[in-house]
Amino acid sequence: MILIHCPYCDEKRPEIEFANAGQAHVARPLDPSSQSDEEWEAYLFIRANPRGRHHERWRHVHGCGRFFNAVRDTVTDKFETTYKAGEPRR
Amino acid sequence: MTRFSAFSLFAKALGGHQDWPEQWPDAAPKPAYDAIIVGGGGHGLGAAYYLAKKYGITNVAVLEKGWIGGGNTGRNTTIIRSNYLYDESAHLYDHAVKLWDGLSQELNYNVMYSKRGVMMLAHNVHDVQSLQRHINANRLNGVDNEWLTPEQAKAYCPPLNISPDARHPVLGAALQRRGGTARHDSVAWGYARAAAALGVDIIQNCAVTGIRSGADGAVEGVETTRGYIASKRVGVSAAGNTSVVMQMAGLDFPLESYPLQALVSEPIKPTFPCVVMSNTVHAYMSQSDKGELVIGAGTDQYVSYSQRGALHIVEHTLAAICEIFPIYRRMRMLRTWGGIVDVTPDRSPILGKTPVKGLYVNCGWGTGGFKATPGAGDLLAYTMAKDEPHPINAPFNLDRFRNGRLIDEAAAAAVAH
Repeated sequence: MILIHCPYCDEKRPEIEFANAGQAHVARPLDPSSQSDEEWEAYLFIRANPRGRHHERWRHVHGCGRFFNAVRDTVTDKFETTYKAGEPRR
Repeated sequence: MTRFSAFSLFAKALGGHQDWPEQWPDAAPKPAYDAIIVGGGGHGLGAAYYLAKKYGITNVAVLEKGWIGGGNTGRNTTIIRSNYLYDESAHLYDHAVKLWDGLSQELNYNVMYSKRGVMMLAHNVHDVQSLQRHINANRLNGVDNEWLTPEQAKAYCPPLNISPDARHPVLGAALQRRGGTARHDSVAWGYARAAAALGVDIIQNCAVTGIRSGADGAVEGVETTRGYIASKRVGVSAAGNTSVVMQMAGLDFPLESYPLQALVSEPIKPTFPCVVMSNTVHAYMSQSDKGELVIGAGTDQYVSYSQRGALHIVEHTLAAICEIFPIYRRMRMLRTWGGIVDVTPDRSPILGKTPVKGLYVNCGWGTGGFKATPGAGDLLAYTMAKDEPHPINAPFNLDRFRNGRLIDEAAAAAVAH
């Protein structure tokens, strides 16, 4: 089981306290009705799925309950860093 | 190629099983092929075999970055069934089940397809309604599936705990008798041997590092760790690594790759006659011919290419197994492992053409690709040979994520595909 640092609680806690919430920095369109089919496809379905450095969201469901972002290597599963939601992409 | 028969096996046995010839040659890449398959798992080898056998395209290379059958083909729980809810899925998976019949004879290689039946348990009212809906939908599509009472389920699978006091009470079950298991390694080896006999080059330790396109955008060949190989037809059947390969052609795919774990127990005498799946408590099990209980766990929650998963996923599954089959509570587990499965948003595969001319894809089988091996190979071969999808795989196109015609097995088939 991997250990995850929650940037709000400032503690490293086991994975079972957290829920993965998918790729990070996928912004919902500000004006949904103006979007083309291609743009909706990209927003809803297309994912980076990189082999290596990956930005993802986690939620500390059995802790503070807050969403945050993380950078993790998908080959080693090692976390590079975690940071609060709203902070710029690292 | 030596033709196997009872007599040839007996003759070799008398000779102490010495001098078995290699089953197929370890080929080195040629400069150009009529078609290239990226990925030497069951699906890719099957596609190469059917390209040569059915469509007469024998100048084919299968490129495998590791060794044949060392990816998900060798890491699954070998279950075969076709009891999917939607028409498109039922046709797709039943096409494969029909090909499993007679595959050993066709390949002259025993793939040990055993129609021992796949039984899916209902633990609550929702399960009962959902499974009965599946049964009705399956029957309308000509796919066998029947309802069993708890007592009938117990008679079919004696280790099952049907006590009303059980932690996960059994209210009934859906049984597909044509479902079962096959020996996964044999499937890869059988296809590899039969394809090589028709002239296909099976090239191991050859990772694709780039896809080259011409001025018109059409595929011209692939860069590999063993040099450039030209081909105007490239089929990608790379499971968990499909996103990585497709990005070499500039295509972003609706896929995410997750570790999926399985485990086996110490071998015991035959006690478990069928396959039992419980989607609600997330456990499924069968017994291999070697005697090991083969248990499938769930996927991890995060994207990963690590080919291993977390222990708490396995513990969760084993807790459910111990409740449903109390006689196995003192069994020891021998091995666990993980494979990387590529999951689509609607949990249905993508099998067809891509926006790049000459580039075809077979991916997105998620947690349930093994059962489809012969069908996926056959349909990928058809699509590559004719440059258009077969009516069976036409609905499983890449465009469905743009036009919204999803085949949403995500909810229909629940967790275990």
